[in-house]
Amino acid sequence: MSVLVFIDQSEGQIKKSSYEAASYAAQTAEKLGTVAEAIVLGTVADDLAALGNYGIKKVHTVADASLNNFDAQVYAKVISQAAEQTGADVVVFSNNTSGKAIAPRLSVRLKAGLVSGAVALPDTSNGFTVKKSVFSGKAFANITVSSAKKIIGLNPNSFNISTTGGTAEVAALSVSVDAAKVEVVSVNKVNGEVPLSEADIVVSGGRGLKGPENWNLVTDLAKLLGAATACSRPVADIHWRPHHEHVGQTGLAIAPNLYIAIGISGAIQHLAGVNRSKVIVVINKDPEAPFFKAADYGIVGDAFEVMPQIIDAVKKLKGVA
Amino acid sequence: MKILVCISKTPDTTAKIAFADNNTKFATDGVQWIINPYDEWYALVRAIELKEADASTVLHLLNVGGTDSEPIIRKALALGGDEAIRVNTDNADPFYIASQIAAVAKDGGYDLIFTGKETIDYNGSSIGGMVAELLDLPYISHATGFNLEAGKAVVVREIEGGEETDKAALPLVVSCQKGMAEQRIPNMKGIMGARTKPLKVVEPVAAESYTSVASYDLPPAKAGVKLIPADNAAELVRLLHEEAKAI
Ligand SMILES: Cc1cc2nc3c(=O)[nH]c(=O)nc-3n(C[C@H](O)[C@H](O)[C@H](O)COP(=O)(O)OP(=O)(O)OC[C@H]3O[C@@H](n4cnc5c(N)ncnc54)[C@H](O)[C@@H]3O)c2cc1C
Ligand SMILES: Nc1ncnc2c1ncn2[C@@H]1O[C@H](COP(=O)(O)O)[C@@H](O)[C@H]1O
Repeated sequence: MSVLVFIDQSEGQIKKSSYEAASYAAQTAEKLGTVAEAIVLGTVADDLAALGNYGIKKVHTVADASLNNFDAQVYAKVISQAAEQTGADVVVFSNNTSGKAIAPRLSVRLKAGLVSGAVALPDTSNGFTVKKSVFSGKAFANITVSSAKKIIGLNPNSFNISTTGGTAEVAALSVSVDAAKVEVVSVNKVNGEVPLSEADIVVSGGRGLKGPENWNLVTDLAKLLGAATACSRPVADIHWRPHHEHVGQTGLAIAPNLYIAIGISGAIQHLAGVNRSKVIVVINKDPEAPFFKAADYGIVGDAFEVMPQIIDAVKKLKGVA
Repeated sequence: MKILVCISKTPDTTAKIAFADNNTKFATDGVQWIINPYDEWYALVRAIELKEADASTVLHLLNVGGTDSEPIIRKALALGGDEAIRVNTDNADPFYIASQIAAVAKDGGYDLIFTGKETIDYNGSSIGGMVAELLDLPYISHATGFNLEAGKAVVVREIEGGEETDKAALPLVVSCQKGMAEQRIPNMKGIMGARTKPLKVVEPVAAESYTSVASYDLPPAKAGVKLIPADNAAELVRLLHEEAKAI
């Protein structure tokens, strides 16, 4: 028996959400009285032994360059072989785009119940129950898994990484790797920007900003804070901002430490994508804007007057001239 | 070309989320039911567009659900599609639902199976991948664009911090999200036509369930907003730094 965590990489670098998943796997293993091991596919530049610092005892690698081409079908088959060879009863993924593509396939292969969107460690006091986010962040469900093997997809930014010190043993795993049926033709990443789903801080703008020409109020603050930028749905629909920035019920659901909403009314569908943020700041000129009810801090005021003041104050705080 | 679109029934996006029976059931009183937005706006509309581009395309809709799913199935048929299939069961375990979809798809000869990226109530994002594995088909999730080029699918999908373009032969399972298509409103002709389109009801096949909902919780209520005067916005920055320790 052991816990296996899938370490997700992109262009040779481990994703931050994978460290959360590693930490989660280690603590789950501790609860179950066993150890956590990791599997990494493709060629990775990062130091894998360092996963020991998150509580991982052993890292299994399949450094086959063909795995740098992501195909969930191929990945699931490799990970299921890894799960069998390591005797894993619980497999942990980050519930990000790769995790969401692989975990369901693995669930079928291993006949393992899947809980995706987990937000807490499993409760093993009476069976195996995992709390997950449901109704787009408006509630939680405690899901009991009855199968012998279990798969958990951990929501990004919902579990604190804890470091334990130590290094992991790294060893190549011998598995068969199928030829991919999905060919990755191109990858187009917005360089230098923080991916929205992994960002600690998100600065977001709504229709209250009047037009794309005013977005420097959002992007300047984001740059100062090392934050990602987001927007409400109408803003993406009218092409003021790219689609991938749209957060909410029908966009991306995020859970940053800090969400700053500027000129966004706070419609229920918008809140559905951001209500898991730890601290919410709302800047809106309408004191009746529903967003204030979901906020921790708020300023009732005109964004065009308030934002320059905020940007100046952050510059001072950061020591930027 | 034969396409299957999987549609699920979800509470309206503005529905009040509350629970009954000791927090073990979603309280459905007064709840309006809709087609899951990802299934309707993106998966279904893109499939309809593919049929519009090639009239020989056959488009089937599939729902796994009880008789109370029929209104949303009729609404989906009003948007487009040739016929609908309903697998008659209320079991909500993702593996069980995926097994039903795979059973229908197995002998259906579908070239493409579209799902939404996730249901807005369960937020599983899992049915599409399970169906693909059960049918041993490739799966591209979180698609924001889909085209056919020389008989192959060219799919743009979201990845963390950007997008990826993939190419795959058919048959293929694709989960759809924003970008795939634009929302449509059914017209009168569609609504009238939907009444006479076939809606087949089939009984479920035997399948395992691996999960069940033990209970639901609501998140703790917020303490209330701390308002900072607009002429002293710098104070917000101080609070975020010193009190919330968020910057
Ligand atoms: C099924 C469905 C799904 C949806 N999904 C989503 C979703 O995923 N995400 C999403 O965001 N929306 C979604 N919506 C739309 C949602 O209902 C709202 O219409 C939308 O969120 C409003 O965007 P907004 O707040 O930017 O614009 P508005 O509602 O127009 O609000 C603009 C706000 O800016 C304020 N303002 C104006 N001028 C200033 C100023 N100078 N300074 C400061 N404040 C100012 C106004 O007081 C107002 O509160 C969905 C709707 C439906 C029906
Ligand atoms: N009961 C159902 N009947 C038909 N399709 C479904 C059903 N439940 C989920 N789906 C499809 O699977 C997708 C993902 O659902 P989920 O894995 O529950 O988030 C949905 O967007 C639908 O396309």
